[in-house]
Amino acid sequence: MKLALPRRGLAQILALIAILLIDRLVSPQFFDLRLQDGRLFGSLVDVLNRGAPVALLSLGMVLVIATRGIDLSVGAVMAISGAIAASLADSCPWPVAVAAALGAGLACGLWNGILVAVLGIQPIVATLILMVAGRGVAQLITAGRIVTFTSPDLVWFGTGAVLGIPAPVVIVAVMLLITGVVVRGSALGLLIEATGGNARASELSGVGTHLTIVAVYMWCSLCAALAGIIAAADIMGADANNAGLWLELDAILAVVIGGTSLFGGRFSLVLAVCGALIIQAMNTGILLSGYPPEFNLVVKAAVVLIVLLLQSPALANITTAVRKARA
Amino acid sequence: MNRLLSPVMITALVFVAGFAICAAQFPNFASTRVVANLLTDNAFLGVVAIGMTFVIISGGIDLSVGSVIAFATVFIALTTERLGLPPTAAFALLLLLCAGFGAAMGAVIHVFDMPPFIVTLAGMFVVRGTSFLMSTESTPINAPLYSTVSDFGLALPGGGRLSAIALIMLSVVAAGSILLHFTRFGTNVYALGGNRTASALMGVPIGAMTVRIYMLSSVLAGLAGIVFSFYTAAGYSLAAVGVELDTIAAVVIGGTLLTGGQGSVIGTFIGVLIQGLIQTYINFDGTLSSWWTKIATGILLFAFIALQQGMVRLASRSRPRNVGVASGGGVSPSVISQGGVSP
Repeated sequence: MKLALPRRGLAQILALIAILLIDRLVSPQFFDLRLQDGRLFGSLVDVLNRGAPVALLSLGMVLVIATRGIDLSVGAVMAISGAIAASLADSCPWPVAVAAALGAGLACGLWNGILVAVLGIQPIVATLILMVAGRGVAQLITAGRIVTFTSPDLVWFGTGAVLGIPAPVVIVAVMLLITGVVVRGSALGLLIEATGGNARASELSGVGTHLTIVAVYMWCSLCAALAGIIAAADIMGADANNAGLWLELDAILAVVIGGTSLFGGRFSLVLAVCGALIIQAMNTGILLSGYPPEFNLVVKAAVVLIVLLLQSPALANITTAVRKARA
Repeated sequence: MNRLLSPVMITALVFVAGFAICAAQFPNFASTRVVANLLTDNAFLGVVAIGMTFVIISGGIDLSVGSVIAFATVFIALTTERLGLPPTAAFALLLLLCAGFGAAMGAVIHVFDMPPFIVTLAGMFVVRGTSFLMSTESTPINAPLYSTVSDFGLALPGGGRLSAIALIMLSVVAAGSILLHFTRFGTNVYALGGNRTASALMGVPIGAMTVRIYMLSSVLAGLAGIVFSFYTAAGYSLAAVGVELDTIAAVVIGGTLLTGGQGSVIGTFIGVLIQGLIQTYINFDGTLSSWWTKIATGILLFAFIALQQGMVRLASRSRPRNVGVASGGGVSPSVISQGGVSP
């Protein structure tokens, strides 16, 4: 495992570096950093900062996908938690608002997890329910308006800084560290991979697959709730209609780019976050280059297709056949 | 046959009960006018949902349909208004493009053995991005054909007017029913969703079927786009965002099993009507806000999925695991084996 890791991640890291270099060609000031008001500014920081919500989502999503699941509801959960945090921000102290938003996220995850693990519903379908209904719930909370707030404590989550580094970036780093320690520091990661590899065999060999799956969905929704708070804090308001819209797709894309198979099994947290940064670096690059942002979707689609083609079992069969023919 | 009908019966009962509740609450509800509007307002959803039914029964999913609808409206608006093409030529070109797009998705899914979910997701990005690149603003369509179509209406007793797009939807439902339930193509669709390996061994051309099924779905999504453009008389690249979810919800509420192998066109049709009914109820009520549509759809979706799950489990318990071959068109054994195998 230790030996395999660097080789596994090489493609993603090279891709990220390549995209950053292209961005540098497009905009000569891309690597410039400056310190202003005790906070770092620059395009590179911007990539990290803007990419934070998707990076958080992909951190949770990668675990779900490793159990051979998928969570389509993360965008809706972002909208719900943002709505709760924004509605409570000016009337309660910030820890209450944040705790309520995160609690709602955990409840959403519990619901998803029970549907998948206990009722045995296909993950796509189970999380589709919350994806459809969740945005409605978020609109219910905000009464269909865009709720704005001014509480400086909550705004810190979007625009604050720790030692000059933007708060969202710090939050992602901390979450990555916590997830990494919990998952890789214990047997949990192995249990997750076992569940995704073969749920029935794992169950028979004593892995508590049901509990693992519920825990994973709860963690995923917690990450989504945190992303929702960041997104709300960033614009100092909660827009139930648009917060986190289509971000579930970006998160899945990030995980896939990070080399985790949609068929479950082995996963890498760092590479998933790297995938999120690749997506954001592409977005920023397209914006800086002056091309219409509409190009984004097309470029993203091309990247998904290429990555998937490289991963596809059929292609692997063809290449091994070619190698055999040569030998 | 009993198995095939029972989920549809439940869906139909829900619709009738829902309609009865609405009619009891609002005296003007039970009129042909409301029914005709229900059909007109949901015509595009009905057309696209029929295509989705085929895809889901075959065990796949198509997330690209919403963006294909948007692409269709933009394509028609630009070709008729800017290039001066007659609308019929634009329609023909559009459906050809859609067929090619669907076939390409089906081919990628089959040849590279990739999950339909992610391939059609990429398709969704491509098509939505392409329509953004074509135009980001709403373009009105002024072709004379459009006013003719919108003026057309079959008068119903009681003041209702069956519009042209409602008629298009009804004919798609009829054609879809025949195609799914009375042709070899339809039988193959069920077989594919029931058990891919078994149907390959029985001689179902898996590759050709996959390509054709996604082709059908995209063509119907293109047709839904035409219907949508009749409905709004404009082309807009942000139109029909999220329609893929409404469509999947309608198909599931219509009693189609999301794991494939079981379902019907008529069930989907009623599923679409139920969604329309929720919307109409909210419009009639006036005090409920629009987001209740989403919540109600979510609750219904959950209820029907839980029901399906219960039925699949019941089926796998009440019968021995390895049931023999073909009874009832290869539908029942596959469902049982799936209930047994899937985690």
